[in-house]
Amino acid sequence: MSLLEVRDLKVSFDTSDGLVQAVRGVSFAVERGKTLGIVGESGSGKSVSTQTLLGLTAGALIDGEALFEGQDLLAMSDAQLRRVRGKEIAMIFQDPLSSLHPLYKVGRQIAEMIRQHEPDMNKAQARKRAVELLGMVGIPEPEQRVDDYPHQFSGGMRQRAMIAMALSLNPKLIVADEPTTALDATVQAQILDLMLRLQREFDTALIMITHDLGVIADLADDVLVMYGGKPVEHAERRSLYYRPHHPYTKGLLESIPGSTGAKERLKPIAGQPPSLINLPSGCTFHPRCEYVMDRCVPEEPPLAAVNDKDGFPDLGHMSACWLPHEAAGLSADAERIRQEAVAEGRSGDTTVVDAGEAK
Amino acid sequence: MTQDADVLVEIDDVYKHFPIKQGIIFKREIARVHAVDGVSLKVRRGETIGIVGESGCGKSTLARCITGLHPITKGRIIFDGQDISRLRGRALKPFRRDVQMIFQDPYGSLNPRRRVGAIIGDPFDIHGTASGAERKKRVQELMELVGLNPEHYNRFPAEFSGGQRQRIGIARALALKPKLIVCDEPVSALDVSIQAQVINLLKDLQQELGLTYVFIAHDLSVVRYVSDRVAVMYLGKIAENARGEELYENPRHPYTGALLSAASIADPDAAERRERIVLSGDVPSPIRPPSGCRFHPRCPKAQENCVDVVPELIVRGGDEAGHLTACHYPVEPAENLAEEHAAIEQLSTEPTLPSA
Repeated sequence: MSLLEVRDLKVSFDTSDGLVQAVRGVSFAVERGKTLGIVGESGSGKSVSTQTLLGLTAGALIDGEALFEGQDLLAMSDAQLRRVRGKEIAMIFQDPLSSLHPLYKVGRQIAEMIRQHEPDMNKAQARKRAVELLGMVGIPEPEQRVDDYPHQFSGGMRQRAMIAMALSLNPKLIVADEPTTALDATVQAQILDLMLRLQREFDTALIMITHDLGVIADLADDVLVMYGGKPVEHAERRSLYYRPHHPYTKGLLESIPGSTGAKERLKPIAGQPPSLINLPSGCTFHPRCEYVMDRCVPEEPPLAAVNDKDGFPDLGHMSACWLPHEAAGLSADAERIRQEAVAEGRSGDTTVVDAGEAK
Repeated sequence: MTQDADVLVEIDDVYKHFPIKQGIIFKREIARVHAVDGVSLKVRRGETIGIVGESGCGKSTLARCITGLHPITKGRIIFDGQDISRLRGRALKPFRRDVQMIFQDPYGSLNPRRRVGAIIGDPFDIHGTASGAERKKRVQELMELVGLNPEHYNRFPAEFSGGQRQRIGIARALALKPKLIVCDEPVSALDVSIQAQVINLLKDLQQELGLTYVFIAHDLSVVRYVSDRVAVMYLGKIAENARGEELYENPRHPYTGALLSAASIADPDAAERRERIVLSGDVPSPIRPPSGCRFHPRCPKAQENCVDVVPELIVRGGDEAGHLTACHYPVEPAENLAEEHAAIEQLSTEPTLPSA
């Protein structure tokens, strides 16, 4: 049994502008000690889907199942969920400054978290544990720093403190929502290095949410790419980076500067991300897709297995696209298959939106 | 004044300090933030110079000094043969026409209550170069140039997405046909797929209009892609300055090396092969910058010497002309920086894992 199994999760918000369909059916599983990377642009539903698991999306309309060690998180009462949240599943947010209370000392906030779940522990013990944890995440002189306020910490140190807090109860799963986006490159390297070492040490499962495919290239075991509230591709890390099938994944990889050669012109994805209120028909990516075919406009493609290198369907590599299953990867061969499919599947009047290129 | 005609901007030993004051009536200066501390840099016509560094290194302050948004504390900035740091008031107007800026935040840099046409057309009003129907025509030309629909002239910024707003900012910067555009993190607020659109646009415009860019970013791959020369800043000083490819292929300053190794790579095998140089500690405060080489508290190669003596920004042994490094012990080509250990005491941020 997987540690966490999410089945067909749907989340929407009723707003005055209309129903915002933030997540429209996501399924994934996380195994013990493994890392799942979730990648997507702003508005792809990557954060909402994980926040929903922990009951952090108040007012949302939720449908689906999320089995954590066999128990459905979405069906739990607030009291039950409170026992899981923090103790079994911990969360690290993007902005460490707004996730720490500015008026309480860092150590006290960590100790409070511990005592909440372990009532037998007295204050002195909890404080001692907080000092240990701060040392564990590499904060120098933890005995002194435990009595600092969050504003006395630098950005990197605050994120370390958040990690210490997440680790404090030895959770089985940590959800990290863009944990390094607000940090500088050298500090980002420190934090990623730290998370990796601690994960190995404690055999924790990790869900890492990011918009940058570069951050999780050496971190994730599996990667899930989301677009417009739905998963578009889900694969083992190497398959995803080297044999992307969905044009959106391919576009993301190709739009990274330097990916196609040092000074070659960049290949952006045309157009803008979709509105979650008025989603495009069929495949939500079709208005931006360079391989759009006639059937993409009315029919939404299901997740289907992509062929592996030897031509057999790889059940660990799923993609929601009408292109042939063998058209995976960035090679000329795969491109030829794609072009042939497009030539056959397009009647001619399907126009791709203006790329927004300069005249 | 003798001047290399090729050089558009010469930044000569520029300092920018911000005083920190205390007191109610008699404000005394109690400290100062050394945001930019003796930076010299030349920008040639038609080239793109990239400035990289982490937050607090002074790159944005330097950009604002170049555009004249901050008066500088000491030094000279010579633009097109004229020392602009001495100009005041009306005399600055022609300079302001020649230098424009593109800001990071496409939400904060556009007035939400004004229509796009008015935002882009403002420079024409202020400098009196076009009005009425002529102004509208010029604005629509600009909108077309940056890939916006000219019919959206009467819309408000809120009706545009992040990438489109950044195009509005670019159109506004282009209005007066400037010689120099300072781009302060122009793509870091945008999604990856949109970033590439805006970078391509900036490159096309440079070719078409012969623009010179000062391009500031913290993302090394973006800077590598757009820049001819790259300057790496650390705590208000330039650590290394070289031709773009040279800097990426042959970094001499340990900070550059660490920064490059920290950049994310979207390739699992390459990412696993590379050795991350994980620096200890955080960037120190620019209020009390460290003595000697400012990088010494974090540098894996630090020696006693680095604590006392400020390294000069000069060409180091074996490097091509124009590759300047401010380091006493530059990295050698075959050296493995990840295995170096400083000879001085540094604050460690190594995790203390429980011995199981």
